[in-house]
Amino acid sequence: MTPSVENVRVTSRNEDADVAVRMEGVDKWYDTFQALKDINLTVASGERIVICGPSGSGKSTLIRCINQLEVIQKGRIFVDGIELSGRRNIAEIRHEVGMVFQQFNLFPHMTVLENCMLAPMKVRRASRAEAETTARRYLERVHIPEQADKYPAQLSGGQQQRVAIARALCMNPKVMLFDEPTSALDPEMVKEVLDTMIDLANEGMTMLVVTHEMNFARSVANRVIFMDRGEIVEAAPPEEFFNNPKHERTRAFLGQIS
Amino acid sequence: MIRQFGWNEFELLVFAARWTIVLAIIAFVGGGIGGLIVALLRTADSRVARTAMIVFIRVFQGTPLLMQLFLAYFGMAIFGFSVNPLIAAMIALTAHASAYLGEIWRGCIQAVPHGQTEAAKALGLHYFARMRHVVLPQAARIAVPPTVGFLVQLLKETSLTSIIGFVELTRQGQIITSVTFRPFLVFGLVAAIYFAMCWPLTLVARWMERGMARATNR
Repeated sequence: MTPSVENVRVTSRNEDADVAVRMEGVDKWYDTFQALKDINLTVASGERIVICGPSGSGKSTLIRCINQLEVIQKGRIFVDGIELSGRRNIAEIRHEVGMVFQQFNLFPHMTVLENCMLAPMKVRRASRAEAETTARRYLERVHIPEQADKYPAQLSGGQQQRVAIARALCMNPKVMLFDEPTSALDPEMVKEVLDTMIDLANEGMTMLVVTHEMNFARSVANRVIFMDRGEIVEAAPPEEFFNNPKHERTRAFLGQIS
Repeated sequence: MIRQFGWNEFELLVFAARWTIVLAIIAFVGGGIGGLIVALLRTADSRVARTAMIVFIRVFQGTPLLMQLFLAYFGMAIFGFSVNPLIAAMIALTAHASAYLGEIWRGCIQAVPHGQTEAAKALGLHYFARMRHVVLPQAARIAVPPTVGFLVQLLKETSLTSIIGFVELTRQGQIITSVTFRPFLVFGLVAAIYFAMCWPLTLVARWMERGMARATNR
């Protein structure tokens, strides 16, 4: 595809090859409400970012812009060196970016295995056999190979979310986005999902995680980002972020959740 | 001269019912294809497509099928085509059924949670794959009861085509009544034949609903 080749050339001049995601001066509006204000963020390949902040602060919007579930009004976003340019390369970007949702969003009319096979077959044009092998491998990795032939409604919330993670991984993405992946789970199921995410982090996956799980942030994140009213207020490594927050709003937020 | 109502007359009714079936099949197939297109455009991102479909639906839901048949029939003559009742009926029934089915199915598509579309988008599935594999199978399940309800109604409404010259079941009943003077018997039989055609449709619907419930509710 010519447009993307062009984009690679344009951006590779001034960009490190190890940058997975780069946002430059991004503004996002919902009618008259500004959801994101001048967002500048560079995520290195293999980096684990945790984004936290009060509800309505724009955390979910931020990661949803990266795979263009939300359209931005101003600024530029690069994924793996390719600039998002609306409809032209939307599919190309989405191949590289996996996403896990708060509500799992598994396809209820398909088995777990079919959920994992659909995109590789329809998007990557993998054969049925290849897709099945890949799907079973990732279901193994999230520790639920035995559930392959069940339907999502037959699984617990934690199992469903692990299927959702496996489904995204089957596309072999370079970046994984997690939008409050444990917020809809019963407390006893949170750990199994976080453990799966920790495994993934240990394998070197680039991850952007919106979550309120501060222990996860402490142990896994390279950087913790605090957002409020559409702005990135503070971004720091976890020790610094939790022990010595610089901004007043960050301190207030940490005071409320701990 | 008064004719007796006998086997011949009964046969005439049954043969006329074949036209009712042909017209119903035309309306089902035309309306099914047209309705799917209307429903997809009605839920598309493009504002132009959505508005065009709203206008189409309003016009065809807001005017009687009888008038649509008249207009299709006489419109053909005005626009220089030779008048053909079958083609006129095809046009009017297809447009009528497309408007209704389109609106029914639009509701079913919108009833599928938005997260399903988002998950499919996030996986890189393009529009047609998203619709074909994710949204429409889930919409289809809730679409069965209202769709069959409408099809049963449509089958009965084909009687209106008698106004442009079709001798289908209802019209044949009128003709036979006028020579036998046995209206209660004749129209009773006509009603029974309609019932015999509609009843299987509702049975098929029940069977489909159960099948789909099994496939999704495990």
